[in-house]
Amino acid sequence: MTSEAMLEVQNLTKHYDGEIGIADVSFAVRSGEIVGLLGPNGAGKTTTINIILGVLEKDSGTLSILGRDPRIEREKVLTQMNFAAVYAQLPGNLTVWQNLYIFGLLYQVEKLTERITQLMKTFGLSGLRDTTTGVLSSGEQTRVNLTKALLNSPKLLLLDEPTASLDPHIAHDVRATIKAYVVESGAGVLWTSHNMHEVEAICDRVLFLSHGRILLEGDPKKLPQERGKQNLEELFISVAKEPPTIFA
Amino acid sequence: MNLERIYAIMLRQWFLIQRNKVRYLNIFGWIAIDIILWGFITRYLDLVGSSAFSFTTVLLGAVVLWNFLVRVHQGVIVAFFEDMWSRNFLNLFASPLSIKEYVVGLIATSIVTSLAGLTLMFFIAYLLFAFSIFQLGMIVVPFLAILMIFGWALGIFTTALVLRFGPPAEWFGWIIPFALSPFAGVFYPIASLPHGLQVVARFLPPSYVFEGMRAALTSGEFLTGELFIGLGIAAVYLSLAYLVFLATYRVILRKGLITRFTAENG
Repeated sequence: MTSEAMLEVQNLTKHYDGEIGIADVSFAVRSGEIVGLLGPNGAGKTTTINIILGVLEKDSGTLSILGRDPRIEREKVLTQMNFAAVYAQLPGNLTVWQNLYIFGLLYQVEKLTERITQLMKTFGLSGLRDTTTGVLSSGEQTRVNLTKALLNSPKLLLLDEPTASLDPHIAHDVRATIKAYVVESGAGVLWTSHNMHEVEAICDRVLFLSHGRILLEGDPKKLPQERGKQNLEELFISVAKEPPTIFA
Repeated sequence: MNLERIYAIMLRQWFLIQRNKVRYLNIFGWIAIDIILWGFITRYLDLVGSSAFSFTTVLLGAVVLWNFLVRVHQGVIVAFFEDMWSRNFLNLFASPLSIKEYVVGLIATSIVTSLAGLTLMFFIAYLLFAFSIFQLGMIVVPFLAILMIFGWALGIFTTALVLRFGPPAEWFGWIIPFALSPFAGVFYPIASLPHGLQVVARFLPPSYVFEGMRAALTSGEFLTGELFIGLGIAAVYLSLAYLVFLATYRVILRKGLITRFTAENG
């Protein structure tokens, strides 16, 4: 692949009180590419995402976002990336529009009102403009999060289980919207999910994390056959069952 | 430093206040009750006490100034707590918002809410008890400046404590100013404290304000030099509080504690 790297991670390592969070994690996300970060609970996916977001300090390794060091050019980097995660809902005590307006200001979005209106329409939220975010259904809140994540037209998008609480047909529409955004903008996306069908449908490449290390990497459509498995789900289960000792 | 992002932090608080009017009670309710209560107490003391000493002026003046400090402090911490209660730290700290901009946003919010509170206290004291804090003259300006700077310092320090120890440490925020009040000479001269506590008082900027206020009211003397000392100490505390906040932020980044605020109730 020759396209521009949106994210480059080299030997990223993080320990929590002596226990491995992630160890020697290396990968890249290129322009126009959706990379799936897969693994069982506790594998290190959220640790990886939090380090990239700058809310967790790595022990060692290097991180380059849009060709810049986020420690040195934090503001420039964060203005051009965004994220949505099931565990980071927008404040429930403001309306949808108020929340999006505040975050639009934080990300310095130009023509903010127009951008919010356009994205709310895209995500089917137009009728919920003045609804308190906290009373929305979990699916609606997820869509508000995704709207916030696209507000600044990010070049790097981190999505931690973005369709976890969506109905299948809305999840399908959300995937289509994000795919279209990637094609149109050339953004890179790092996507975590436990839905292997979704991963197979949307990701160009997947990384399997287990016990804090990358175990496998490849095309989600070819990888199962290469590893003698029927499908991605079967491969996921076999990776999840790998004992930590294989890394020793 | 980006003014738009600082404005966003303030605007969020304004949206919150607008959405639920109960928040006005936090800004105005307690101080209104306090001024009315102390107004009647001092009026009664003026009736039964010596005519040579104006309880209304000295005690009500102290109550107004003390409440102003508390409002400044709470202006900072309540804005911070609103983000903690709504589990918003991950969203904020993963955005381009810098720590400096966030802290300045909290301070700017406290300026608006504390001045609104001061205005209400002024009107209640003036209309009900014919007392104006501005009868002290221009010296009230450095008094307010010292209290405001020290209030910011206390606010930033307590938010750092909560950031470090998590939501259960919220109670620190509510008690810290009150824990300092006995040593700050709010209602009595520092000289009436035991010697050891007088030394403590010299390290508390509000003590210079309340000593200065009593000197101005009783002898007409302006302790300008003392006020400069109070202002200097308050500025040092503000710098130290910001450094503590920065250091705490680095610790929570290293330990991965920001996610604690998304997983634990306040």
